[in-house]
Amino acid sequence: MSEDLYQEIILDHYKNPRGVAAIDYPLADSHQVNPTCGDEVTVWVGQDTEGRLQIAYQGQGCSISQASSSVMSELLVGKTPEEAAKIQTAFLELMQSKGLLDPDEEVLEDAVAFAGVSRYPARIKCALISWMALADAQIKSGLTSDSASLGRKE
Amino acid sequence: MSLDVASIRADFPILSREVRGMPLVYLDSGATSQKPSVVLDAERHFYETSNAAVHRGAHALAEEATDAYESARSIIAGFIGASPNEIVFTKNATEAINLVAYAFSNASAKYRHGHDVDSRFVLGPGDNIVVTEMEHHANLIPWQELCAKTGAELKWFGITQEGRLDLETDPIDHNTKLVAVVHQSNILGTINPIQELMRRAHENGALGLVDMCQSVPHMPIDIHATGADFAMWSGHKMLGPTGIGILWGKHELLNSMPPFLTGGSMIEMVTMDHTTYAAAPARFEAGVPMVAQAVGLAAAVQYLETIGMENVERHEQALTEYLLQSLRDLPGVNIIGPDSTLDRGSAVSFTVDGIHPHDVGHIMDSQGVAVRVGHHCAWPVCRRFDIPATTRISPYLYNDFADIDAAVNSIVKAQEFFGVVPEVAG
Repeated sequence: MSEDLYQEIILDHYKNPRGVAAIDYPLADSHQVNPTCGDEVTVWVGQDTEGRLQIAYQGQGCSISQASSSVMSELLVGKTPEEAAKIQTAFLELMQSKGLLDPDEEVLEDAVAFAGVSRYPARIKCALISWMALADAQIKSGLTSDSASLGRKE
Repeated sequence: MSLDVASIRADFPILSREVRGMPLVYLDSGATSQKPSVVLDAERHFYETSNAAVHRGAHALAEEATDAYESARSIIAGFIGASPNEIVFTKNATEAINLVAYAFSNASAKYRHGHDVDSRFVLGPGDNIVVTEMEHHANLIPWQELCAKTGAELKWFGITQEGRLDLETDPIDHNTKLVAVVHQSNILGTINPIQELMRRAHENGALGLVDMCQSVPHMPIDIHATGADFAMWSGHKMLGPTGIGILWGKHELLNSMPPFLTGGSMIEMVTMDHTTYAAAPARFEAGVPMVAQAVGLAAAVQYLETIGMENVERHEQALTEYLLQSLRDLPGVNIIGPDSTLDRGSAVSFTVDGIHPHDVGHIMDSQGVAVRVGHHCAWPVCRRFDIPATTRISPYLYNDFADIDAAVNSIVKAQEFFGVVPEVAG
């Protein structure tokens, strides 16, 4: 029953979300809503002294959107902008794959659990909402190269 | 069962299909209803035998098509006890509400430029429009926009904790020009006291509009007895096709309104610098209209009349009572809206402790049960109850108790899957 969608990893991140709700010196934030269901997320971005990514998030929504925020935070915090961009692009490609892509676990780690989501068009937005907020906050903060902004291709 | 559901179901081809390897249990009729074969056949028959543009052309097909279109108008008018010249075809109910909103907007703009318009449709600062907190966005946003354009103020009735209209919060006063209210809430299921609300509107010199999208498909309506000046509903929620909605209005009022969409078919006389308009309903039906959809909707109306709307209403009441009882018996499930069948329709919203409505809907879908999740285009209602969204079960004449059981079982599956089955005391 929907095990392809609700992988154990997703349920675990939903029930035990990782990451933090605040960072000390956010450079920018982005608030995104899914107007069809009312889900909301705010993502703050900053950088540490070595220029590595800091992320905080807060939101409400379904298990897919909440778990995705948690996985995103765990994957990307502490990454350089270039490393983060690679992961962000890979996740977007996975979500657009209609279930036909075999995700690279080396790059996406826990995020491979979302492969099944790409087969449910109504849920892709749930999985992407926090990633879209992050990309928007990165653009606002200037902490990104063009390739890191989701939806844009070099 | 007051209806022979098995024989009704046989009229709906889609109800015999499977989804995700399970028999389809369709409980999303509040969003759109399924279509019986007679509706599909009527549309096909029209295209195969009489298709032509209506109200133009001198050939036999044009005459037959015009006759089919106007016959459909008469049949649909008769369904609510109205006259055919009070029925305007629109693309959907949303357009019908906007048509009335634009009558106010256009009359107000023309008035400022010295045109002769009916003062009942002229709005400005100091005037107000009254709605309720339980409106569908389609009966809220057009009035927000109208107020922004004219300087009028938007006011509203609140909602009680039980999900009823709070009549104590009545904001109607002598400056009210329009009271626009929903008959049956699409998210709460609440049936509002329309006659009383229309009485209050008229006492204060205001016009009254009723959104009947969730009432006309589900209960007998005598439109003049409601006291409304305008009402609207959609074809697709009452077994008819998409692409057609109905605006009902008192003929005298319709003839006092400036047009909404302008162009062909809606004119009386045209020169290069001036046009006079046809009487209603033609005034509001610019361009070649949706003839096949009108024919299909008339077939849907006749199908419902054969069954009898009293029987449809009684059947839905029985299903709703059973559904409310079943949900009440489920620990961890909260009904959002009236918890009895008194002044309540069959759309039942609920939340499940510990599971987001989207996840509830998804697990239900994996069991073949189709329901609606989200804010149901009534976001202020979710804010009122401090919830992000709900899951909604909305049965119709083709559902039976077994469908309700399937839905309830699938909710329990969702609780088990997410590990949130509450412990029952004792």
